[in-house]
Amino acid sequence: MEKDQDKILNEVTRSEYKYGFVTNIENESFAKGLSEDVVRLISQKKNEPEFMLEFRLKAFRYWQKMKMPKWAHLQIPEINYQDIIYYSAPKQKASGPKSIDDIDPELKATFDKLGISLDEQKRLSGVAVDAVIDSISVKTTFKETLAELGIIFCSFSEAVQEHPDLVKKYMGSVVPYTDNFFAALNSAVFSDGSFCYIPKGVRCPMELSTYFRINAANTGQFERTLIVAEDDASVSYLEGCTAPMRDENQLHAAIVEIIANNNAYVKYSTVQNWYPGDKNGKGGIYNFVTKRGKCAGENSKISWTQVETGSAVTWKYPSCILLGDNSVGEFYSVAVTNNYQQADTGTKMIHIGKNTKSTIVSKGISAGFSNNSYRGLVKVTKNAINSRNFSQCDSLLLGDKCGAHTFPYIEVDNKDSIVEHEATTSKIGEDQIFYCNQRGIKTEDAIGLIVNGYAKEVLNKLPMEFAVEAQKLLQISLEGSVG
Amino acid sequence: MSSEIIHSEIKNKLLDLYQNNHEVLKNGSPDYINKIREKAIERFRELGLPDKKNENYKYTDLKKEFDNGYKTYLSPKNIKFDMKEIFSCDVPDLNTKVILLLNGWYYDRENLLTELPGGAIIGSFQKASEIYPELVKKHFAQYADIENEGSVALNTAFVKDGIFLFVPKGVIIEKPIQIINVLMDEEEGFTQHRNLYILEENSQASIVVCDHTLSASNFLTNSVAEFYVGQNAHLDYSRIQNEHNGSKQISHLFFHQERDSNVTANTISLHGGLIRNNISVHLDGEGCENNTYGLYLTDKGQHIDNHVFIDHAKPHCISNQLFKGVLDDFATGAFNGKILVRRDAQKTQAYQANNNILLTDDADIKTRPQLEIYADDVKCSHGATVGQLDENALFYMRARGINKKEAKLLLMYAFAHEIIQKIKVPALKDRITDLVEKRLRGELSRCNFCQMHCCNS
Repeated sequence: MEKDQDKILNEVTRSEYKYGFVTNIENESFAKGLSEDVVRLISQKKNEPEFMLEFRLKAFRYWQKMKMPKWAHLQIPEINYQDIIYYSAPKQKASGPKSIDDIDPELKATFDKLGISLDEQKRLSGVAVDAVIDSISVKTTFKETLAELGIIFCSFSEAVQEHPDLVKKYMGSVVPYTDNFFAALNSAVFSDGSFCYIPKGVRCPMELSTYFRINAANTGQFERTLIVAEDDASVSYLEGCTAPMRDENQLHAAIVEIIANNNAYVKYSTVQNWYPGDKNGKGGIYNFVTKRGKCAGENSKISWTQVETGSAVTWKYPSCILLGDNSVGEFYSVAVTNNYQQADTGTKMIHIGKNTKSTIVSKGISAGFSNNSYRGLVKVTKNAINSRNFSQCDSLLLGDKCGAHTFPYIEVDNKDSIVEHEATTSKIGEDQIFYCNQRGIKTEDAIGLIVNGYAKEVLNKLPMEFAVEAQKLLQISLEGSVG
Repeated sequence: MSSEIIHSEIKNKLLDLYQNNHEVLKNGSPDYINKIREKAIERFRELGLPDKKNENYKYTDLKKEFDNGYKTYLSPKNIKFDMKEIFSCDVPDLNTKVILLLNGWYYDRENLLTELPGGAIIGSFQKASEIYPELVKKHFAQYADIENEGSVALNTAFVKDGIFLFVPKGVIIEKPIQIINVLMDEEEGFTQHRNLYILEENSQASIVVCDHTLSASNFLTNSVAEFYVGQNAHLDYSRIQNEHNGSKQISHLFFHQERDSNVTANTISLHGGLIRNNISVHLDGEGCENNTYGLYLTDKGQHIDNHVFIDHAKPHCISNQLFKGVLDDFATGAFNGKILVRRDAQKTQAYQANNNILLTDDADIKTRPQLEIYADDVKCSHGATVGQLDENALFYMRARGINKKEAKLLLMYAFAHEIIQKIKVPALKDRITDLVEKRLRGELSRCNFCQMHCCNS
């Protein structure tokens, strides 16, 4: 039985990363290195208004004074920030793609291969996609249909050109450039991303989604997403990511900002599947992401759901600032690490308004030689009376070479709030596997079954299209890797 | 910047204190201790005292506590006690001998070492390091973390006296030993006592430690205790912290457990201006069991920070942690429990819980229950709650004619009882039950009449 399992483990770890191909498209890139000139050049390239350049420069100057944070439970070799290309874009016709025919066929093929159709007519499921490759957004689908409802869904660069007031008002209002090392870096050099604005009283009729793809070598991807939901608006937003297989590590540092006003509801789902490196831990994406939502209005709600299977290093804490009274924050996460992957992920729930509620469900699964940590903060301020938090952080260990860690921080400042935290760490019970075996289910399938059952609570929160994909991903990442 | 300058000033002041009293410190201590002393001061020079930037001291800034002109006790001071008159409040039915530590020095200067039945020895650490160099050398500074803890390094550099207990192989001490740490002086004082407890194979002992202040002046204590618990030895350690609110206490307990040993450590914190308890447990053999419990009842401006670290280095060990607290007025509290399960420590069972009740909006609590696990065949869990008294239970009692105040007291008492019932010594349990009840009522305790005023805030 032990031997069998080892064999299965070997087979699975040898299984290829499905999205590891490279597309040969003509690129326009800057030279390696980061300086004030590069920041100016990016801004110039994107033909940005003055306030954007100022913002970037302020961020860059601030970043230069900062040091990379060391507190996470991660082993990261020194990153040489001068050895990265900060801007790389597929070459396009001067004015950018107007219709689907204008897009480089190679590029289109890439997204077809990834299962993302840029072709609106042929797309059956009602998902609007903003496709971002390396530093720029190549195509946003269903833009016109959404515009009829007053919804703005476009690339960040476009938003800067066409809706500078909105960008100026909200950019940096949730994640200021002074927030942390990577937020400052991103604020200085971010190249593109998605922008989404849901006007008052509008329920977005379809899922909005961004698909991030790193293609060019030696580049870093720095994108920025900004979602604003006005009073009574609601939207469900998806994010997916993949990258080619390469021996060297690539950097990805993103910012996501969400603002939910009175009675607004924003649901943000991520399936993160950056290239995790090979089975010896070589290559892979360094994923440093700052995601934060602000429940600015009363009765607003922000819900984060994430399935983290990729990246060599994940450093990510989607958070909620519960500012409005009665606002609700949710965080559902499945983080899977295998081989030499490292993940330090979790959330922050800052209760400021009265009667605010938050729920945290985090499921960590570690296999191989990986380390998987949950790190979270629940802070209830003095004014946040009657606040409620429930946190559950479970870890599943598959194999005796991996690690699972939990670092929750709970800070409560008033007497009317209730905060609960519970966590368990265990492995798959032999009796559970035996039970399945007995009923004719192979060990490998049994583990898949148990892991999926374990993560079900979170997977259920994903929108349909993603849930299926996530379930498969989980199966591929882990199947049989019990030691 | 300015705070950094202040901090380095405090460090320099302590380093000067060491330099100026170098000879006094060295005199009367054997060479092997002085060697460690020098190493420790060097380490302190590098580490300094922890401030809030240190993740383990995020909620308690130690540096500023050392910023005072308190006098230190580098030699024993002679204050006469009439033991009988003073100790009308000690726990009945304990070992006849009450061990007294005055401002960090062993009180009974005539009998520095006492032999207990079976060959066990209790007495002054300083004397023991002289008479039993082999024994002390083997264990002294072996378990305390001088490398990473600035305050432990500082204590080690200033090591003079404290309690020494040695229980030889197979000896069982039937009655609990009571140790009382007394702080008493007209002036403000800074004490650093160093204690060493050695329990050899198959031995058994029960220790009750009480911390008291006898005069109204402010005190700062930075104490370290090391426990070596040999194979299959049993240690039951209870501690009652009951100093006045002008006192600040930093205490480090280091438990080193050998195979199949069993340690239960209970810390009951009733009073004290600032209390920082560091409890570090190293399970270095298979089949160990460790129970670490704590109860803290704080009010006014008190601050309590319990920091527990359990290191599962070997397989088949069990550890339990339970800390409960009631915080009133504008008291602040913190709990940090960490369980580390090392790669080889399979079949570990480790549990950890921290429950808190906040009675006012001005009280606050920060809790961090942490797990760091590198072995897969383990059962580990942790939990933390912060809440209030159960409204339904209160209503139930009030519906039955119990007034609100009484009902609240009953619930708080029930909450605390979970820890109290874990105390193994019946006489002590009764006494703590009584103390806790009085404490919750905000009344002075029954031993108020005695001159010790140990229960009087």
